[in-house]
Amino acid sequence: MTDATDGEGRLRPSFPPWLTKTLKTLLTVAATLLGLLLVTFLIGRVMPIDPVLAVIGERATQEQYEQTYRDLGLDQPLLVQFFIYVSDVVRGDLGTSIRTGEAVTADIARVFPATLELATLGTLFGVLLGVPLGVVAAVRRGTWIDQLARLVGLVGYSMPIFWLGLVGLLIFYGILGWVSGPGRLGIFYQGIVEPITGMLLIDSALRGEWAVFRSAFSHIILPASLLGYYSLAYISRMTRSFMLEQLGSEYIITARVKGLSEWQVIWGHAFRNIRVQLLTVIALAYANLLEGSVLTEIIFAWPGLGQYITTSLLANDMNAVLGGTIVIGSIFVAINILSDLLYRVLDPRSK
Amino acid sequence: MSTLQSVRHWLLTEEPTSRRQARLAAWYKAWLTLRGNTLAMLGLAVLIFLILAAIFAPLLATHDPFAQDLGARLLEPGEDGHIFGTDSLGRDIYSRLLYGARISLYIVALVVMVAPLVGLIMGTVAGYAGGWLDVVLMRITDIFLAFPRLILALAFVAALGAGIENAVLAISLTAWPPYARIARAETLTIRNSDYIHAIRLQGAGPLRIVTRHIWPLCISSLVIRVTLDMAGIILTAAGLGFLGLGAQPPSPEWGAMISEGRQYILDSWWVATIPGLAIFSISLAFNLLGDGLRDMLDPKEDT
Repeated sequence: MTDATDGEGRLRPSFPPWLTKTLKTLLTVAATLLGLLLVTFLIGRVMPIDPVLAVIGERATQEQYEQTYRDLGLDQPLLVQFFIYVSDVVRGDLGTSIRTGEAVTADIARVFPATLELATLGTLFGVLLGVPLGVVAAVRRGTWIDQLARLVGLVGYSMPIFWLGLVGLLIFYGILGWVSGPGRLGIFYQGIVEPITGMLLIDSALRGEWAVFRSAFSHIILPASLLGYYSLAYISRMTRSFMLEQLGSEYIITARVKGLSEWQVIWGHAFRNIRVQLLTVIALAYANLLEGSVLTEIIFAWPGLGQYITTSLLANDMNAVLGGTIVIGSIFVAINILSDLLYRVLDPRSK
Repeated sequence: MSTLQSVRHWLLTEEPTSRRQARLAAWYKAWLTLRGNTLAMLGLAVLIFLILAAIFAPLLATHDPFAQDLGARLLEPGEDGHIFGTDSLGRDIYSRLLYGARISLYIVALVVMVAPLVGLIMGTVAGYAGGWLDVVLMRITDIFLAFPRLILALAFVAALGAGIENAVLAISLTAWPPYARIARAETLTIRNSDYIHAIRLQGAGPLRIVTRHIWPLCISSLVIRVTLDMAGIILTAAGLGFLGLGAQPPSPEWGAMISEGRQYILDSWWVATIPGLAIFSISLAFNLLGDGLRDMLDPKEDT
């Protein structure tokens, strides 16, 4: 993503550099999104399921079949079909889900807040624990805490997330009984809170329904912290290597010679300089969690986008699968671009 | 002993007299460095153990991995000669694990044969040719990189149909872009070196230059990346298996085994937990080895 947008601003003098840069970025985004649509379009075309039969069912007559065939635009050349597909998607039409009978866009709007809530809380865990762990590991390089950080990272990279979810359920729900089981909310609390944002923790807090809030919290805490562990592994590792880079530079020696306290050297000097880099890493971790939540949602019966995609997949509901893929892919692209832009705006060196 | 020492001496000599000696010496020195890294050696040992277990699965297995025995459902580990207990159909989990190792290694081997090769071709062609071809190939790479991998693999499998081969194809299709990036970066640094110019003056065509002189130099960075990626490949394959999109039952694929044991997790923890430990240990082993290889071949990474 970053390559093309990292272009240097020394183009023709008639354009101001920021304009060419912005145009270049926009072009890259457009090309990437178009490519994304091409991939999903082709996937939709190579699948062995007959899209016509999927709509009208096995018992339709020949006339009905041909009518639907034309309605779906399948008699057009592939390029025209792709054009229609792109213009549909651009207008926000991802087709109709065969499984739910509703527009895929509406379905996704309904399930997405659950995923967003889970991923956001997970990232929050990852940042709150991962950043300090990475900083301490860098400062105390080679000590047991550094080894611990390394171990946390390695284990995180090696553990199947769906298995960790199962074991977590077994221990914290089955044996210890500290948290609630699968699902988003206890059965007695369902339907009490009128959705505002779709995120239960926020909605119940806004409405002052604290019993609902407690139930929602005891449901989300386990999947969110397990997801958070994965971003913790990534964030702490990156924080450590960024910090090591800073701590090795000369201005740190100067700061120490000046007699600043260790706390000021680390947090006031070294950490200040990695904030922007860290922001990019956190953005990427966030995007990864949105995807990583697919398997977690299955384990925890979490009614989010991941579960929507997989359930649709098993029901051969291609519109829903591809629609979900497009949404997650676009969010990925958007987060990448945003973190790229933030980097430019916040890092004085890039000007 | 003396022959061993002379071999060692021959390997460590400062002035190799033949190309073969130089190459073997490089391998030997790399091995010596790797041997000093305890964790990497631990990873290697686990992997060798698993490979041996997979090869000798028929000899090591105590039961037929597919034989159902409904009278012996969900036996606890150790009960009735079942080391890791039995699953919901009374099949021996230990024997299934052994055969499952074959599937995991088979998937990894297939992906490793396809994805790095595709990446290598794309990257070196883009880097060596430059110009519009470079732009087009790298844009394609970026598009695939922009996709979340598991979701893309899911969509591919959905289109192609569930099964091991399709899972391998889907994982390979999502795994090659980083290799293309690496190969391109390497090619760009090599492309303008003097020896490439010399070969070109000798009349070598682009195909020969790329395959005979650029590829060999890209291999070491690719190997590191592949080793580090193997854990990810295994986890994705297991994830697909867990979702029912990879290996199909009654195949003893580890992810599928976890999925089968999922509903019994609260009463019979071992059915889902033990295959998960197997996946964890094999990925951890690959990660440890990959870390060690990276430290060995690229010491600056660890600063």
